[in-house]
Amino acid sequence: MSPALRRICALVRKEFLQVIRDPSSIAIAIVQPLFLLFIFGYGISLDATHVPVACVVDATGPNAREFIGGLYQSQYFSPRIYGSMAEAEQAMIKGDAMATIWIRSDFERQAMTGNGKIEVIVNGVDANTARLVQGYLIGHWGQWLLKQGATMGLELKPRIWFNAEVRSRNYLLPGIIAVIMTLTGTLLTAMVVAREWERGTMEALLSTPVTISEVIVGKVIPYFLLGMAGMGLSVLTARWLFQVPLVGSHWLLLAVSCLYMLAALAMGLFISSFSKNQFIAGQLAIITTYLPAFMLSGFIFDIHSMPTVIQWLTHIIPARYFVTILQTLFLAGDVHGLVIKNAVYMAGLAAFFLLLVARNSRKRLD
Amino acid sequence: MWTRVIALIIKEFLAILRDRKARITLIGPPIVQLIIFGYAATFDLKEVPYAVYDEDSSLASREFLARFEGANAFRKVAVLQKEDEIRQLIDTQQVLLVLHIPPRFQSRLTREGNAPVQVIIDGRNSNTAMLALNYVNEIAANFTLNMARQKGLSGPAAQLVVRAWYNPNLESQWFIVPGIVGLLTMVVTLMVTALSIAREREAGTFDQLLVTPMNPFELLVGKTVPGLVIGLFEGSIIVLLTVFWFGVPLRGSVPALYIGLLFFSLSIIGVGLMISSIAATQQQGLLGAFLFMVPAVTLSGFATPIANMPEIVQKFTLFNPFRYFLVVVRKVFLEGAGMELLLTEYLCMAAIGVVTLFTAALMFRRRMY
Amino acid sequence: MSEAISLKHVSKSFRVGKNTVQALNDLNLAVEKGIVTALVGPDAAGKTTLMRLVMGLLLPDAGEITVFGHSVQREAATVQEMTGYMPQRFGLYEDLTVQENMELYAELKGLSRQGRRERYDLLFRMSGLAPFTSRMSGRLSGGMKQKLGLICTLLSSPQLLILDEPTVGVDPLSRRELWQIIRNAVENEGMTVLLSTAYLDEAERCEQVILLNRGRIVGQGRPSSFLEPLKGRTFFVTSQKGLRRDLALELSALPSVVDVALQADGVRVIAKKGGLEPLCGVNVTAIAPRFEDAFVTLLTQAQEAPSLTGQHSAPNASPCENAPSLTKPLAVGSATNEDVIVVKDLEKWFGAFCAVNKVSFTVKRGEIFGLLGANGAGKSTTFRMLCGLLPATRGVLQVSGENLLRASSRARMKIGYMAQRFSLYGNLTVLQNLRFFAGAYGLKDKRREERIQWALTEFGLTPFQDFTAMALSLGHKQRLALAAALMHEPDILFLDEPTSGVDPLARREFWREIHRLAQRGVTVLVTTHFMEEAEYCDRLLIMSRGEVLVQGAPQELKAQYGMASIEELFVSLLERREERL
Repeated sequence: MSPALRRICALVRKEFLQVIRDPSSIAIAIVQPLFLLFIFGYGISLDATHVPVACVVDATGPNAREFIGGLYQSQYFSPRIYGSMAEAEQAMIKGDAMATIWIRSDFERQAMTGNGKIEVIVNGVDANTARLVQGYLIGHWGQWLLKQGATMGLELKPRIWFNAEVRSRNYLLPGIIAVIMTLTGTLLTAMVVAREWERGTMEALLSTPVTISEVIVGKVIPYFLLGMAGMGLSVLTARWLFQVPLVGSHWLLLAVSCLYMLAALAMGLFISSFSKNQFIAGQLAIITTYLPAFMLSGFIFDIHSMPTVIQWLTHIIPARYFVTILQTLFLAGDVHGLVIKNAVYMAGLAAFFLLLVARNSRKRLD
Repeated sequence: MWTRVIALIIKEFLAILRDRKARITLIGPPIVQLIIFGYAATFDLKEVPYAVYDEDSSLASREFLARFEGANAFRKVAVLQKEDEIRQLIDTQQVLLVLHIPPRFQSRLTREGNAPVQVIIDGRNSNTAMLALNYVNEIAANFTLNMARQKGLSGPAAQLVVRAWYNPNLESQWFIVPGIVGLLTMVVTLMVTALSIAREREAGTFDQLLVTPMNPFELLVGKTVPGLVIGLFEGSIIVLLTVFWFGVPLRGSVPALYIGLLFFSLSIIGVGLMISSIAATQQQGLLGAFLFMVPAVTLSGFATPIANMPEIVQKFTLFNPFRYFLVVVRKVFLEGAGMELLLTEYLCMAAIGVVTLFTAALMFRRRMY
Repeated sequence: MSEAISLKHVSKSFRVGKNTVQALNDLNLAVEKGIVTALVGPDAAGKTTLMRLVMGLLLPDAGEITVFGHSVQREAATVQEMTGYMPQRFGLYEDLTVQENMELYAELKGLSRQGRRERYDLLFRMSGLAPFTSRMSGRLSGGMKQKLGLICTLLSSPQLLILDEPTVGVDPLSRRELWQIIRNAVENEGMTVLLSTAYLDEAERCEQVILLNRGRIVGQGRPSSFLEPLKGRTFFVTSQKGLRRDLALELSALPSVVDVALQADGVRVIAKKGGLEPLCGVNVTAIAPRFEDAFVTLLTQAQEAPSLTGQHSAPNASPCENAPSLTKPLAVGSATNEDVIVVKDLEKWFGAFCAVNKVSFTVKRGEIFGLLGANGAGKSTTFRMLCGLLPATRGVLQVSGENLLRASSRARMKIGYMAQRFSLYGNLTVLQNLRFFAGAYGLKDKRREERIQWALTEFGLTPFQDFTAMALSLGHKQRLALAAALMHEPDILFLDEPTSGVDPLARREFWREIHRLAQRGVTVLVTTHFMEEAEYCDRLLIMSRGEVLVQGAPQELKAQYGMASIEELFVSLLERREERL
């Protein structure tokens, strides 16, 4: 074995021993992925069902009854009849009802002339839920219109591809894997390198014949493997515990994850190349990589809906590309064009950061 | 006693604010985060890319499709000629949805009164998919009603008139941005307090403090006040930005908001000092703050409603002070609530604050051994 | 070629904030092969920078550095391969075992697999670490850590060994063992050693000494060559009356005196050129100078403007009436018979481990009481229990009649405490720190301002009052810490290794202050690693493994065991004890 290889092996071995013995490294690498998956798997859901709806029906005819009756059949609503609008409004203010449906007493007569009105008030504070509820009601109304045979009209036949049950978990959990890998790759790496500076071990290391690239490789290998282990763990948990389908090829997923891991590590090493203090390195890593991976990657919030400037900003965030690939591989399958395009961007960013690291690292203390 | 407490408070402020870098990290990142998150954290649909595959090309189909072109939420990017083009466009995310109008659309519409339209939606992001589908639904229903009015009725018909209280245009920003007031106040207060004792322990100054005549209660007050002042200050800046930059209406009473902010800051300081008195090093303090913050944000109703969570997780959120503050801040901002509607929330946050602060004070000394 | 290291016109500066600090200034230097060269000097003299430059870890701004003829700037890799370097806080991985640390450095230094075992065995035997190979290095005592660090650098039998303060914070026994390892390496393997040290007795035993101050060489040569200019200027003064430390304070005020130090039952005095003026009521004997005297003199000269010399006549030339009298009465409140600190059968258990076992002692008012022991002997634990930072498991513990753990604020007003490491607020200014501690002790308004002014002037901190505490030199930090501990004029002062890592000049200054306090009746309890400082105490106690070995006045103890110094006493006691175990 060449001396360089021997030195790298020794460094990797050392790093592994340290990880095993340092509870906070284990916490970040193994416990944290599971923790986040559980929190997100169970805690976050955008699927509003059984929304409490207050119904005030002043009309007595069959058409109004049929409209309200239909609500009981839907999984989206849990309707409740109130005697007057005042009561219903009170329920809205207290938060007991998300929306109120009011059918006035002259409804039947007006409806025959086509001027019937079904009035809906939604609580708009939670705009997203409000919009979903509004949408559900519109769908319900459309069906009611057709069923009444009042008119001819359109019949929408929606087909939702890739996520037929429309579970938000199915796209949130693959997304969170990107966040998890960012934490291991960037936060942990930046902090362990800073720790070597703080404890003075870096000075001792640099005074041996070891070269700076060997030191870097010695850091990259163990945390790469650790990050990939966390990734594997996350995929297994998502797949088997939370029943997220994995349609695409496992090998492609592995290959792309490796690429992202490299980019995350490069960012971690880059941060640690100019911050030799654990606290600052940690904060920098959280602000520049973790939060963007969370907010700007399209993992929860759709990038399309963001203002142009911020959309432009998302292009320099590797997590953005990875989240797209993850959601596609998990739910849609091997869409080669899309995966390759995003992978190329990711590789470009990884190379860019690695280049910066190489430029910034010298075997010296100043 | 007050001489000692005041000396400690002055020292804490100096320690936090003397360093220019520290001052910048206290003010800069939160404001940048507010601006970015304020714009990025949105569930509103804008310019959803879609494609049209019209096999009928009739007057009716064109009329139907024209309604989409007029809508802000949609942006047409392609007109398809073949069915197999659909797959490719959706797979590569060039379009979110495809409107497929089958042949004989117009004749079925006029003769059978019932014409199917196929909507194919990319469900990878199910929330976006649902919202987009709802838009399509609305357009279709209005189209139907319009047809009915033009061509004559054969049965009862009614219009659905939807009004939204508090947030008439259903803007996500109105929902998210007031939440950020709480989020950033929490982050800053937690950072200031969760590391304060751990930092003193690492530097050895905590021993120095313990041998002075100061008692745990004085220590607690001295450590709490700076966090509280910084928390309230940070919160105020963000409230101002929320109102004047993002234009979110502040309808309720300002005192009601500040009472909430006060109790909320206290409860977070309690948590922060508790973490700090357990942690031996700053790194552990940071990790502890992180471990508290992630579930506190996720399980608060900040971005996703608590009502959507499983029953047991919903129970768990009762221990989360952020949950209560979100109710306060949103009720005051949008619903115009006064204090009388928020008593439960105040009480819960105060209870969490008392328990955590008390525990922290107990642990100041105990952790030493 | 007999030069191992050569520096020609080397300069190095650093940017600190807006200022540029000149760490090394046009330095020319040659280190001979095959011997031990000591690098001494006060804080911030440029010692560490020099070593890092030689290792190629820093680049000089100007000049040329060669190691065995190889240019460090151009052939850093070659130099690093033939050199072993031990930084100040040696880079041991604390969460790796002794063996794993050795393996790591063996691989990094390219030690061949064959013969590695024997090398390990040899080094472990030499360092006495053989029984601890599977222990985490973070759990080793300070002395053992340093030894491990040293043998890690020796692994590949380098031709040159560079050690940055290898013995700092290490007890005398471990210090001796470290030196044996270094000597071995020089004698058996022909290594060249360059080391920096704060212990001047160590420097004196080296073949060559380089004295560095503010980035320049103040002196270089054999230790004995430093003593030449001091011939006839060192004296030993004893007095029948009063305490020797009071005598020392009075002597130091004399114009002809450069420096004083307590030693045995008297005071060691260095006079300016021209000798000591005549003194009354005391015995003055001329003694041989030692290296420390040279160090102090050279640095005092470098710091002060050159003073007029040769104006004093010989000691016995003047009549007694004109000479200052050194027989003033005792200051009020000095050592009385009142017991201020009482410790009886004190025990501390951490689980099954007994850190302090049945320790008993008393300290009287106005007394300076020293607590000595090797690393891990239990002196810090005892200390922390006394200050009320740690509860005792069993035993009586009284400071001014109360146990500080449960004591009221009022009782804690009586004590001042100075922690082992510098533990004031680093990012606050000197003034802000003083204000805080004044407030923390409940001082108000006028009295507060008075005490702050007192602290600033008394400790010479006025010029630095707007400096952040972090930016002060170690000596000044120490003064600030002492000032903070004295803000409220405590009766009792607790000092935990107050001078660890402080350069000899600052250390002397510090002790002078302590003596002044004791003179005013303040009781002082102090722990220390420096055995010569043990001589500065009125009484002391030596601990090992949680137990008291001996206690008494330094002179009595030395007489009782027939030892020349406390250090010898300490080492022999510990060795005897180790043998018994």
